[in-house]
Amino acid sequence: MPANRFNGHSDYGVGIGLRVPHYAHILSKKPVVDWFEIISENFMVEGGRPLELLDKILEQYRVVQHGVSMYFGSADKPDRAHLKRLKNLVKRTKTPWLSDHLCWGSVDGTYTHDLLPMPYTFGAARRTAEKIRQIRDYLEVPICVENVSSYAEFHVSEMTEWEFLSEVVERADCGILLDVNNIYVSSKNHNFNPYDYVNNVPHHRVGQMHVAGHTKFEKYILDTHDHPVLDPVWKLYAHATRTCGVTATLLEWDDKIPSFDEVHNEALKANEFIDGAKKAVV
Amino acid sequence: MMASAIIRPLTANHELQPRWIDGRAMDKVAAEFIKPNDRLTAFERLELYNQMYWSRLFDSIREDCPGLLAALGERAFTRLAQAFLERCPSRSFTLRNLCSRLEGFIVANPRLTAPRTKFASEIARFEWAQTVAFDGESRPVVEAAAFARTPPSRLRLGLQPYISLLALQYPIDTYVIAVKRRDAMRSEASNTPDSKAVVRRSVRRAALPRRSPVHVAVHRHENRLFYKRLNPAAFRILEALRTGRTLSQAIAAAGPKVKPQQVRAWFKAWMALGWFCGRVAPAS
Repeated sequence: MPANRFNGHSDYGVGIGLRVPHYAHILSKKPVVDWFEIISENFMVEGGRPLELLDKILEQYRVVQHGVSMYFGSADKPDRAHLKRLKNLVKRTKTPWLSDHLCWGSVDGTYTHDLLPMPYTFGAARRTAEKIRQIRDYLEVPICVENVSSYAEFHVSEMTEWEFLSEVVERADCGILLDVNNIYVSSKNHNFNPYDYVNNVPHHRVGQMHVAGHTKFEKYILDTHDHPVLDPVWKLYAHATRTCGVTATLLEWDDKIPSFDEVHNEALKANEFIDGAKKAVV
Repeated sequence: MMASAIIRPLTANHELQPRWIDGRAMDKVAAEFIKPNDRLTAFERLELYNQMYWSRLFDSIREDCPGLLAALGERAFTRLAQAFLERCPSRSFTLRNLCSRLEGFIVANPRLTAPRTKFASEIARFEWAQTVAFDGESRPVVEAAAFARTPPSRLRLGLQPYISLLALQYPIDTYVIAVKRRDAMRSEASNTPDSKAVVRRSVRRAALPRRSPVHVAVHRHENRLFYKRLNPAAFRILEALRTGRTLSQAIAAAGPKVKPQQVRAWFKAWMALGWFCGRVAPAS
């Protein structure tokens, strides 16, 4: 559904990530961009140029926060100091929703700085949902949980990844950031049908989507975010948009970043599929 | 177990270690919890994460410490980075803090940087100071009127948290500037708009500068990074203020040879830079 309680009832269109190589262009040329996604951790600092830059962006643009270190699936309890910093940022940006990943990545205070796949068990779903609830209650902003791309699966898993995602978000009563590139990457690495994934998540909980590029190796696909979006991912996105409804869409391009115009033009290709989805409804 | 396996150092061939810490074959250990697929074994799937971990952290430490990389050269820097990351894995949600303990590690493990240990430790301290200056906290500036309200014998001033005061045996500031210029020229010469796309060349060890003690403040002004050389007496004043001395005590720390008009000129410059803030009461 486009505007729903998981994206703060906002009707955002196609956005791109706010990235350092584009700062000068954005501040001088002031291009028309529907919204920017920022990585929360880059701005959870105490002063200096990052916050100066962020405030200038906030004067002109809508911004949504996306995190990479909440680790909803880690056994560690939420860090209060971290949450306090994050909440300060939420107040600064007035983000209509906040997203982070359905993953783990830290153990006993040691961080891997990776988004590690979960064991898909009912116990893990219960604990993860409880952690999401606690964090959402503290931050007082809707949360969307993103599916990660993965390269490993566990013997202990009791269900598919999409069943696990569904279990977590229903228990937590939170939204989904449906990353269709991650679905595609994982489907190739784990031999499942990506359309089964899209068809079997609770569609009314999708508050945002991601598209991105990836890299194929001989025996696996890596989620590299350093290419244009490949055709199979666009097709999956088209299906997701028709199935879940048109919703805020973001292109992730995080490495070997080309010019602003190239990235933005790539993102705007999503409009072709959005228009298709709207016509299908009519 | 998976986290421990991921952060274990790779082999010399950049592969997952073949044995677990208890001596068991790693392929059997991995197979206990990871499913294989039709193309990759459990070992190979775990290895992907292991390799990505080290690649990510090495990239981060190279990006944050170009001066140290130039000082040690590729091989010694890699050896240091691996030892550091193995013994001091990241304890922060952000890679920004990765090198906060690097100076201490270098001092505690001199063999890894010998015979350039002193130089290396000073570069590590300097490069961390840059991180602090870039996005460290800024507190409300103390205005000139505050000086008039409280006598110097009782006035205590805080120094902005983003300022680092460094007494160095080597001219690290000029060395780091030279390294930045060299790296910028290399990036231009490769004709790529994005410096990350430059094929990483193996960095040769740069020449060691002569030992020449300097006092430097690493700070920011209008959100740009600066290195300010300080007269030793000026440095002593600022250090004394930072440690909580009164203004009178701090000025006395400069020594008897410093003229009052010189001290006034220093304070005028520091106030123009917004260096002074209120002191934070120590935690009870």
